[in-house]
Amino acid sequence: MLVAGSTAAFANARGDARAQVAFGIKAAQDGLWDEAMFRWNKAVKLDPTYAAAYNDLAVAYEHQGMPDKAREAYEKAIRLDPGNDQIRQNYEMFKEINDRTTRHPH
Amino acid sequence: MTGRLGILISTAVLALGLTACGASSFDIPIQTPIRAKLDVAGFQRVLVAGFVSGGGSDIDPNEETVRLLRSQLRLKSKLKVVEADALPLAAITRQQTAAAAPAGASKDVKTSEAPTSLPVKIKNAQELAQYDRVFANTSYWKQLGEEYQDPLIVTGTILFTPQNQSGFVQREQEVYNSLGERSVVPIRTFMERKGFVLRPKFIFIDGRTGATLYSETFREEVLYDTGQDTPALSSYFELMDRIMPSFLNTLSSQKIRGTRVLLK
Repeated sequence: MLVAGSTAAFANARGDARAQVAFGIKAAQDGLWDEAMFRWNKAVKLDPTYAAAYNDLAVAYEHQGMPDKAREAYEKAIRLDPGNDQIRQNYEMFKEINDRTTRHPH
Repeated sequence: MTGRLGILISTAVLALGLTACGASSFDIPIQTPIRAKLDVAGFQRVLVAGFVSGGGSDIDPNEETVRLLRSQLRLKSKLKVVEADALPLAAITRQQTAAAAPAGASKDVKTSEAPTSLPVKIKNAQELAQYDRVFANTSYWKQLGEEYQDPLIVTGTILFTPQNQSGFVQREQEVYNSLGERSVVPIRTFMERKGFVLRPKFIFIDGRTGATLYSETFREEVLYDTGQDTPALSSYFELMDRIMPSFLNTLSSQKIRGTRVLLK
């Protein structure tokens, strides 16, 4: 009974989080990155195991010039879904830009 | 035949399924803003003064670097770029060194800790390092700053050296079997290669005080097959191209365009 209840709660949380993620994607496509970031932040609060939401949040942080937060979100997304090549590819591109512009051997 | 039909049906079913569910990933263009490393709010002008350069290639890295940095700064920085001849900084350093030497001081570079004469032809990093003293001469940079209305001064050293490197490299080779079927296999071959190494050190000096604000050093290299005759100037620009985003990002925020994938 308890297990069934918690499974249902998880399904609800994932469902709500998915709706937030979808809305965020639409907002980002319209150039409304603040709104998108708000939605994806909400999604990861609703479902902290939702790798795609962390990935999208990382992209938003990157676009908004917050590299530390972007790195943290990408790493969280990869920890949650290590086999996801799209997340890894995003992260590699983020690192490439970040390393190139902050390359400073001194 | 049955197998192929099966694959076709599976693909069609999968495609229908994906359409029904809607796409789960979306490419999105982004512009990553990168904050400037140096706060240049106190400056209205930038003077790319000149560089101590060497390395033995057949280009003048001082002239080329001054020209390239100025043109890039004109395009990508809000600071007004001061137009002036590139300083012959190596010669200036030698004059300063000679003037500072006590009368009758030894001119032997090898035995003196602070040499009273400097190598005229700079071939390597050790010889170039002897010129570093000019960047610590705050009164010289302050005076130069006064001359050009207190700009941010960009200077430094550039070593651009030809290099030859031989060794084993892995490359792919086409092979055909007895049936004439083509395949590509990796093979290791010994190759002679030549190219260039570029080692710039950019120093940013406050023209109001003569003090160094910031410096950064890079190293980039390129190697070609010996048969490929790439001019030194092309290699120089190729290597500077790799460094330029980081150089520009020292003075101004940059926006780097890219594409990422959003996931549902």
